[in-house]
Amino acid sequence: MKETPLSNCERRFLLRAIEEKKRLDGRQTYDYRSIKISFGTDYGCCIVELGKTRVLGQVSCELVSPKLNRATEGILFFNLELSQMAAPAFEPGRQSDLLVKLNRLLERCLRNSKCIDTESLCVVAGEKVWQIRVDLHLLNHDGNIIDAASIAAIVALCHFRRPDVSVQGDEVTLYTPEERAPVPLSIHHMPICVSFAFFQQGTFLLVDPSEREERVMDGLLVIAMNKHREICTLQSSGGIMLLNEQVLRCSKIAGVKVAEITELIQKALENDEKVRKEGGKFGFAESIANHRITAFRMEKAPVDTSDVEEKAEEIIAEAAPPPEVVSNPVLWTPGTAQIGEGIENSWGDLEDSEKEEEGGGSDEAIVLDSVRVATDVDVPSAGSRDAPIVLSDSEEEDMIILEPGKSPRKVRTQTISAKQEKAPSKKPVKKRKKKRPAN
Amino acid sequence: MMVAQGRVEVMKAGKFLMYFEGDTSVLAGVYGPAEVKVSKEIFNKATLEVILRPKIGLPGVAEKSRERLIRNTCEAVVLGALHPRTSITIVLQIISDAGSLLACCLNAACMALVDAGVPMRALFCGVTCALDADGTLVLDPTAKQEKEARAVLTFALDSVDQKLLMSTTKGLFSNAELQQCLAAAQAASQHVFRFYRESLQRRYSKS
Repeated sequence: MKETPLSNCERRFLLRAIEEKKRLDGRQTYDYRSIKISFGTDYGCCIVELGKTRVLGQVSCELVSPKLNRATEGILFFNLELSQMAAPAFEPGRQSDLLVKLNRLLERCLRNSKCIDTESLCVVAGEKVWQIRVDLHLLNHDGNIIDAASIAAIVALCHFRRPDVSVQGDEVTLYTPEERAPVPLSIHHMPICVSFAFFQQGTFLLVDPSEREERVMDGLLVIAMNKHREICTLQSSGGIMLLNEQVLRCSKIAGVKVAEITELIQKALENDEKVRKEGGKFGFAESIANHRITAFRMEKAPVDTSDVEEKAEEIIAEAAPPPEVVSNPVLWTPGTAQIGEGIENSWGDLEDSEKEEEGGGSDEAIVLDSVRVATDVDVPSAGSRDAPIVLSDSEEEDMIILEPGKSPRKVRTQTISAKQEKAPSKKPVKKRKKKRPAN
Repeated sequence: MMVAQGRVEVMKAGKFLMYFEGDTSVLAGVYGPAEVKVSKEIFNKATLEVILRPKIGLPGVAEKSRERLIRNTCEAVVLGALHPRTSITIVLQIISDAGSLLACCLNAACMALVDAGVPMRALFCGVTCALDADGTLVLDPTAKQEKEARAVLTFALDSVDQKLLMSTTKGLFSNAELQQCLAAAQAASQHVFRFYRESLQRRYSKS
């Protein structure tokens, strides 16, 4: 679906409000929207909500052979998908620019910053390493996808547990989660992206732009930082020209925000671990508040299937017996049999080729919808017959076989060269009608 | 069969629904009736599109086949003739899979269609049955039960007469077992429809 365009008056309104340091949702310029993190029942599954922007993250792992030039390192793979439910404009073929930009930024933030220890993912050097795959799905787009996605990715990675492996000499044993508790990934630091939107050629800036604000912004600055105040990635897009003190100011703001967000993440991870250890209920179903009017829950209910057997037997007894699968074949002549009535042959004459009917005995695969099963060519049946293809090196396109007493039978030859030559014919060649009249 | 459901607020002109069945959860969103591409336009009814996204990896053939099954079920109940030359898109995102996935997707799709106000001639629900090695019938199996079962059957039933809208099966089973599973699924569908009714009553109790 096409994206609804932003009207001029809305654009003007937003810009005027920003000039007066007012935001549509009442936030201050440096305020983030509320962040909610919830975990699923599987390890490595989480949903992050930044205001109304929601991202689902899932981490999975697999044992593969390592890359040739990095024989002792594991492989990391990131994939962010903009689901069509995020915005009506996100159609499967249409969002390549934004998608590539987001994916690339995410990769730089997480892979190049070496936040995950890839050496620890190696099982047997040169042969088997863990491939960690992070799949992020954008469920709703209300601005600032990159922040939400980076939080979801790092939370999912911290939450994930991979199966335990032990190597004894040449033997590698992979333990299932029941045999040995799965092991967390080794993560050095948690890089988190913070986005700054600029308006009026860099005069005004807003942290965590919402979707409307993103539409009217001039440029975007994304700084990925960890809680040790190390910048992992910096990206400025949109063609705005920033002064160095602006960038420094943004990085200071980012440092403060990242510290808050990291604390929130740690608390959420600890809570989830506590609940799992104590054996309480965990998962998305639990995180949705029960008292909300839009949530409804029904407990396990046994289904009464006592009369199921009798019902089933009744139905079978009353049902008509299955029709005969194969009707009796009708024998026309030795070698030609017919099963069923058959439908009209709706294949018209094709331009250059002729349809060839299957020659062969009646032991061919019989199509149950009834097909006239015919045999070799020398049994003439009603209607014109097509001759078999003769593969030959002959340069002649149309080879006409002249037989006394019979009309000329055309033999189709497949020529290898592209030359077109008509064979000399003794009888005048009847121009074949292109379309067979329907019989 | 524990059935729980949560719904999320209206977003982006579409309606969202998160449907949980045990640990299997599916998020469904419906867009439409909306503009349709000329190539996909049908002159006398609405074009239904189903998009199913798995949690891990890119969508493959299994997702395509499930999309088709869900689409066929929806086409049988949605009154497309009321909205010709439009498109109704159902987007399903798998949040977690712990067995009976197709049935969960069907239920989520139905509730999302109802919540979006798409006209339908009946509601539908999905029920999965598993037949294990000694012939015991298990309704709404978990992933482990599905893996060890001899046959897994999924049915889509309509709400008016519990007639069969769609069925897909995997494995070996006899004619009698098929009829038994169908009868059991019809009994189970009553519970699902009761859930639909109660949750909608709750939803619209304060309007």
